Amino acid sequence: MTRQKLLARVRESRLFWPLTALAVILLFDALFAPGFFRIGIIDDPVYGPHLYGNLIDVLNNGAPLMLVSIGMTLVIATSGVDLSVGAVIAISAAMGAVLINPALGDRLITNDILTADTTNTPLPLIILADLAAGTLCGLWNGFLVSRARIQPMVATLILMVAGRGIAQLITNGQIMTIYYTPYFWFGNGFILGLPVSIYIVAGVALLAWVLVRKTALGLFIESTGVNARAAYYAGLDERNIKLLAYTFCGFTGAIAGLILSSYVHSSDANNIGANYELDAILAVVMGGTLMSGGRFSIVASIIGAMVIWAFTITMYTFGVPADALTAAKAVLVLLVILLYSEFSQRLLGRWSLRKGPSHDAAH
Amino acid sequence: MLEPTDAILRMSRISKSFPGVAALEDVDFTLRRGEIHALMGENGAGKSTLIKVLTGVEHPEHGTIELDGRVVQVRSPQHSQALGISTVYQEINLCTNISVAENILLGNEPQRFGTIDWRRLNALAARALKRLDIDIDVARPLGNYSLAIQQMVAIVRALEIASAKILILDEPTSSLDANETSLLFDVMRKLRATGIAIVFVTHFLDQVYQVSDRITVLRNGRLVGTYETGALPRVELIAKMLGRSLADLETVSKARAQHELPAAEAPTLKAAGLGHKGTLEPIDLELRPGEVIGLAGLLGSGRSELARLLFGVDTPDAGTLTVDGRPVTRFSPNESLRHGVALCPEDRKVEGIVKDLTIRENIILALQARQGWARYLPEARQYEIAEAYVKLLGIVTPSVDQLVGNLSGGNQQKVILARWLATSPRILILDEPTRGIDVGAKAEIQKLVLDLAEEGKSIVFISSELEEVLRISQRVIVMRDQRKAAEYGKDVTAQTIIHTMAGHQ
Amino acid sequence: MTQRTKLFLLNHGPLLTTVAIFLLAYVIGGQLYPAMQKPQVFFNLFINNGSLLIVSIGMTFVILTGGIDLSVASVIALTTVASAVLLQNGLPPLVVMPLMLLMGIAFGAVLGGFIHFLKVQPFVVTLMGSFFARGMAYIISLTSVTIKDGFYNDLALTPIYIPFVPNAYVYSYALVGPVLFLVTIYLAFFTRFGRTVYAIGNNEQSARLMGLPVGRTKISVYAFSGFCSALAGIVWSIALLSGYGRYAPSMELDAIASVVMGGTMLTGGVGNPVGTLFGVLINGTIVSLLQFNGTLSSWWTRIGVGALTLVFIGIQSLFYVRRKTSG
Repeated sequence: MTRQKLLARVRESRLFWPLTALAVILLFDALFAPGFFRIGIIDDPVYGPHLYGNLIDVLNNGAPLMLVSIGMTLVIATSGVDLSVGAVIAISAAMGAVLINPALGDRLITNDILTADTTNTPLPLIILADLAAGTLCGLWNGFLVSRARIQPMVATLILMVAGRGIAQLITNGQIMTIYYTPYFWFGNGFILGLPVSIYIVAGVALLAWVLVRKTALGLFIESTGVNARAAYYAGLDERNIKLLAYTFCGFTGAIAGLILSSYVHSSDANNIGANYELDAILAVVMGGTLMSGGRFSIVASIIGAMVIWAFTITMYTFGVPADALTAAKAVLVLLVILLYSEFSQRLLGRWSLRKGPSHDAAH
Repeated sequence: MLEPTDAILRMSRISKSFPGVAALEDVDFTLRRGEIHALMGENGAGKSTLIKVLTGVEHPEHGTIELDGRVVQVRSPQHSQALGISTVYQEINLCTNISVAENILLGNEPQRFGTIDWRRLNALAARALKRLDIDIDVARPLGNYSLAIQQMVAIVRALEIASAKILILDEPTSSLDANETSLLFDVMRKLRATGIAIVFVTHFLDQVYQVSDRITVLRNGRLVGTYETGALPRVELIAKMLGRSLADLETVSKARAQHELPAAEAPTLKAAGLGHKGTLEPIDLELRPGEVIGLAGLLGSGRSELARLLFGVDTPDAGTLTVDGRPVTRFSPNESLRHGVALCPEDRKVEGIVKDLTIRENIILALQARQGWARYLPEARQYEIAEAYVKLLGIVTPSVDQLVGNLSGGNQQKVILARWLATSPRILILDEPTRGIDVGAKAEIQKLVLDLAEEGKSIVFISSELEEVLRISQRVIVMRDQRKAAEYGKDVTAQTIIHTMAGHQ
Repeated sequence: MTQRTKLFLLNHGPLLTTVAIFLLAYVIGGQLYPAMQKPQVFFNLFINNGSLLIVSIGMTFVILTGGIDLSVASVIALTTVASAVLLQNGLPPLVVMPLMLLMGIAFGAVLGGFIHFLKVQPFVVTLMGSFFARGMAYIISLTSVTIKDGFYNDLALTPIYIPFVPNAYVYSYALVGPVLFLVTIYLAFFTRFGRTVYAIGNNEQSARLMGLPVGRTKISVYAFSGFCSALAGIVWSIALLSGYGRYAPSMELDAIASVVMGGTMLTGGVGNPVGTLFGVLINGTIVSLLQFNGTLSSWWTRIGVGALTLVFIGIQSLFYVRRKTSG
């Protein structure tokens, strides 16, 4: 085998681990959860005929996480982290719910108005406002990290603390139920039998991919993540690169908030998007991006997010309640931590050393 | 020569190599009780490897270490401390947030029923400092004191906790001012009087002559020799550090660029009174098209600092810099790139390579940074550029898709060089471009520099190898003590340069 | 003398700021809402924030080493559920309480072990711990479990009157925080463990080169935080006489904010439990103020705490820079 081919294989191996994990979970389902793979066609009175089944659920329920993972990938690649994505989701969802609310403000309301299938704001404006709010949050994080030079964990912790308060401020502290049906389309609708949300993921992933692979941004992000000082000497403006990564992460959080609130028909500032920060970090790490930054793969992170949701749906089919699921997820995190720890890396390194010259490229 | 009982430490025929580099080859080093022994050499000479071997950070492949007449294997830094060898580094390894007394005694502090006895702790620490005539409030946080005091606290800790017999001071004076330095020297002399042996690593010649008894010079991982300080004139010390005896250096230098400079052309780069507080005194410099200026000077003389100012890594706080007649107002590497200035930095690990990226990506990085993010070089073009430079510079690699981290040091250096050449700069600043590369590659790089000059590019060439500087420069600027000591024309001799470096005009 | 004063101000600037903010908030509150002038309002701060004070103290040590513990709130929830279920099954309180504390210590030590031996970032490990503890709480019981134990009842409902202050009282469980506070003052300033914590937070590499037991101390710090969380969980279960997995939502963020408002630097090495006490009091005072106001909503607490956290991070870096340059 030539060196070139070997390298090509190593590069592909970025997808190797998440795909293996996905395969293991699906294999488990195939063996122990009869009917897990059943996919049917249902003719929905609202959304028309479409596919349904566990695998579709993995895609549809996993879409918000996939979106956030895309943004988180870029942030982690610059050797940062964004702990505020859950809060950003809440802010974006709150924004949408409030703008729809046909009885805005202190106006005396009757139940009729509140539960009417109308909106206070045209849908495109709602979407714009959602995206703007999330992007602004990302910009704020990016500003703290790149300009105020606060370490990423601390900087994003601030929005993690205050963000859900801001979301409550927007919704005036209420859990707002949404009755405006066109809004439901993002989280529940179907195009050609597949969930709308998955098209949104594909669109954002494509956008991100074009941004980082068809321009030099990917190279810049990776250089900054590996050696910020060398990148600076080479003429890169590391600050703007970080600013961009955090802003984009806020943007993806905003879309996730839109889809999530659309899916559950409501905005609950305290609970929507809860635990998304760890899930997203987990997805990115499973996708082979190191927490210390550098090389990244958007596709691998998306598959990482799919693994998490395949795992989640599997647990649901076994009747594990949603609340208790977090414990199982913690075990999953633990496995990933162990797999990527220096200790097991060394073990793997020794193993491939024994196997011969592939050691050079093995890490 | 030496009385056997006189020597507290005897390192014989120490060898240590890293992949591709022999860091130490058959080095002997002997340390006497109660002496201050200066360890000299330029970057890459092997000083730090020798220290690391002595402190157990690295393990030698060959050679023996005899301590107090007994052969020992130094297994780890902890072990070396237990053996009575303590090191105080330039970056002080103490904690600035806790008190001076704690820094001296923590880990061995006086306790009563598991409670720290603060009164005794402070008294013991104050007494230990008093022995070196340092009288400070030991209850205050260490961070409240100057670096000099912190250094001494580190020394006192080494003496108190480890009861050190051998003290290694690694560049202890680089961040101290003159007063603080003399304070430190007083302490060193007092320690010498008590029989402690001190290894003093520094690049300040004056200080070596001020305080040391003997000097050991290393070069390229080999021992040049050990000398009594009084018997080694400064000029000879420099010659020994830079390689070649004085006589040898006389005969070089005729291979240098022969092409004639276009007369009276306007300078491409002009610095007037350019300076940065604390690192570089104001300096004047003019660089014309097709000219190679050599910057000679020892480590810490201000040569790299000048390079960093010219490239905009640091922002000068005095003077002006003009490129092509236009004054530079915004200082940043990116801005410099746009003006056609490039710097191949000295520290390739920290400032140069991006180890997890491929050779191709490393080579196009600066070019791409200048182009901006939106105009991404097509992949085919990237390969074309990378492969051309791999060939031109003779980078040994199976493919340009190899990770740079997997290359040897010399090849990494060439990749960095390629990165800057790829931006086709009009002004190229090379800071130690040939360090750590083999002789053949060195000659290639020198030739490349001359070719570039022939094409009309202006080059600032920094090297601690005088021979190289003499060979290719049309003018030589000698740096000393963070200022320009002198500027010489084409016909300068090595003798003159070394005398200037040594401080006698 | 003035030099000394200046140094004192520089060294204790953030702490003095914290105390000043607390006093200011309290005095202003007293002016705006005369009811707040009653001494009982002050003691209510301890009754209402008993658990927060305890976990914040544990968190202080973790943050002093430069780490973070995001698992504290979940461990509180787990402790309340576990104790409630154990008590329901007839185990005596004097067995349940030590058992819970042991669980907390073990839990924290395991997290600390991951952080130290596997070199994984603390926030990842403790976030995982948070998931695990919260999940375990629900696995034990999906619904709220009431505690009917007599001993717990007595602890919860017997007021202890404050000497010299007429009509002012606290409940016994509100005293746990202050007692722990005194213990940690001793730990922080008079033991090798405490001083090593500070040394590690300043520069872990240096601490290691100084020969200090870095690994053991780091693991101990997380074990201590686990202990504090379990203790806070016991206090919580006494105060509410029940256990539930939903208890203490995002209290880890309140704890971190209190620690930071108390002048402890998130990068480690600077700060102390005294500041944390006042940080918790500020947190509690903001809540009280909102309650007395009545028209302002509860989410302003979160926003206010977030803003204050940011302000304090700013203040700290300011003081830190000043101290570094005024050598």
